[in-house]
Amino acid sequence: MTDATFTAPTQSRALKIALRWGLYLMLTVFALWYLLPFFVMLTTSLKSLEEIRTGSLIALPREVTFDAWRTAWSGACTGIQCEGLQPYFWNSVMLAVPAVMISTVLGAMNGYVVAQWNFRGANIIFALMLFGCFIPFQVVLLPMARTLGILNIAGTIPGLIFVHVIYGIGFTTLFFRNYYVTIPAELTKAAKIDGAGFFRIFWSIFLPLSLPIIVVTVIWQFTQIWNDFLFGVSFSQAGTQPITVALNNIVNSTTGVKAYNVDMAAAIIAALPTLLVYVVAGKYFIRGLTAGSVKG
Amino acid sequence: MSHILEVDGLFKSYGATEILKDINVSIDKGEFLVLVGPSGCGKSTLLNCIAGLEPITGGAIRIAGQDMTQVSPKDRNIAMVFQSYALYPTMSVAKNITFGMQVRGVDKATQAAKLAEVARQLQIEPLLNRRPGQLSGGQRQRVAMGRALVRDPALFLFDEPLSNLDAKLRVEMRTEIKRLHQDLGASMVYVTHDQIEAMTLATKIVVMKGGIIQQIGSPHEIYTRPANTFVADFMGSPAMNLIPARAMPNGTGSVIEIARDGADPLRLQEPRHAGLTGDILLGLRPEDMHEATARAGEALQGGAVRVDVVEPAGADTYVVARLGGKEVTSRLSADTRARAGQTLDFGFDLSKASYFAPDTGERLI
Repeated sequence: MTDATFTAPTQSRALKIALRWGLYLMLTVFALWYLLPFFVMLTTSLKSLEEIRTGSLIALPREVTFDAWRTAWSGACTGIQCEGLQPYFWNSVMLAVPAVMISTVLGAMNGYVVAQWNFRGANIIFALMLFGCFIPFQVVLLPMARTLGILNIAGTIPGLIFVHVIYGIGFTTLFFRNYYVTIPAELTKAAKIDGAGFFRIFWSIFLPLSLPIIVVTVIWQFTQIWNDFLFGVSFSQAGTQPITVALNNIVNSTTGVKAYNVDMAAAIIAALPTLLVYVVAGKYFIRGLTAGSVKG
Repeated sequence: MSHILEVDGLFKSYGATEILKDINVSIDKGEFLVLVGPSGCGKSTLLNCIAGLEPITGGAIRIAGQDMTQVSPKDRNIAMVFQSYALYPTMSVAKNITFGMQVRGVDKATQAAKLAEVARQLQIEPLLNRRPGQLSGGQRQRVAMGRALVRDPALFLFDEPLSNLDAKLRVEMRTEIKRLHQDLGASMVYVTHDQIEAMTLATKIVVMKGGIIQQIGSPHEIYTRPANTFVADFMGSPAMNLIPARAMPNGTGSVIEIARDGADPLRLQEPRHAGLTGDILLGLRPEDMHEATARAGEALQGGAVRVDVVEPAGADTYVVARLGGKEVTSRLSADTRARAGQTLDFGFDLSKASYFAPDTGERLI
């Protein structure tokens, strides 16, 4: 009996260490598994066409060359034009930045109203907005095309911004509403008695509390809008196409030999901004400024 | 129009549910009105209506003689302290206190002067640059009071301001609020579910139940002459004993007969009231039941009753016995001779007794 009680802790410690190592091993395997496609993309983009044709898919490049990246950025052909991704990249920036900002601001206002200013029918309006989140993209294509035509912004970047703002409001409202309902209603009451009005309360009390949810919303909206293809391809014309459409055109419009290295480089370029947003904003998100502040 | 607050025939309903029914109450300048009742009785709703945070369905509210029924909260010249303190989490303590003045466009110098005065009054000077999240519960409570004090309003409203504090701090803050009221001579309306808070703070108490006012009166009136069995039971701890009894006229007074276990009924002479007949409830505070020998010489009537439970509580000892088929608690001195299972001679101070109708619960005399 005494032996058993002495040895048991040692055994369990050894077991613990083994389990811990097993866990790390498994996580490493999973990480590698998920990184593998990116690894192939990256190495392929740094190889010459010659090397791709002769070498193995997962081999490291013998000779690192950035030619494919240069071509993808400024020389690849999308149909008849051969300007690379560059103009479309800026199209996407001009589209995504205002669309994200506008939809976030509107979502914050909506969420604030629905969560903190109980008016008749607030719940119905919120339910309808929520419903908007679940309408499939395809359903709105035709009515939206007609609307854009009537508004005379069809085929323009403002038109695309309009589409994304409309489609994003449901989600951004949901995010902010769910965040603001956790803020005690007494805060609004106290501010009302202090004499603050609708906008003053929003600006001085709610907005300073909102950094975490703003970050979440921006990440979500930016990813959605930057990565969108269907609206981009439906509601743009030559010169206003976003990067996702251009990427598709580059990959599909090669004649003769497929330039895998250029395709890979172009795909990485198209994905970089969303990655960047995660890396930069994710940090603020994790810092989580909520701790203990709302209850205060 | 000397009333600082008048609530006149106020009704409040949410849809078909009536929350407040025909509320009439008024206070004079410098009075401390406490709204007390069990949760869900409508006391907080009434306070919110007075503040203008809830629209009312009918009736009128006047503050300092002016009709405020349609006036927005900020123009009612009130300040409010909330249960959750409702401090603005991203602002420093100083900003929290001056926010209202800032919104109203008070100049910076006045703001600073008022802030300094209130900070000194509440002894929160060292906290002014902190965030609410860095404060303890008691400190937050002080800051919330500071925010109300700088306003220098016609009327202070308190919505259960102490219920988030621990027991010891609650008693301290209670004393502090009372002192503040005395020093400022301010008019206050205070909501609580704690009857001791109500008794200690109020100059006038409103007892509510189910959206209806049960009784309005001074703490002494409420305690000694409760309007019905609800008030009798709610105010005071332990609660007033409500002993089923029978009354018979007897000359200029009445005879009260109370059943007791294992002996003849107790027969007590009530010389004050002649009109009592039939089944009644005798309301007697625990401290108005004495150990017969302890008050020898005074005209106390009573008899021997078997003691069920003896609960020493330090200063007093609570003795539980059965009378009229109900458990009855008396508050006796710590050195009582009462022993569980034995009989004890009780003396009843009927001059302090209340009588209620058993069916309606209303006070008879």
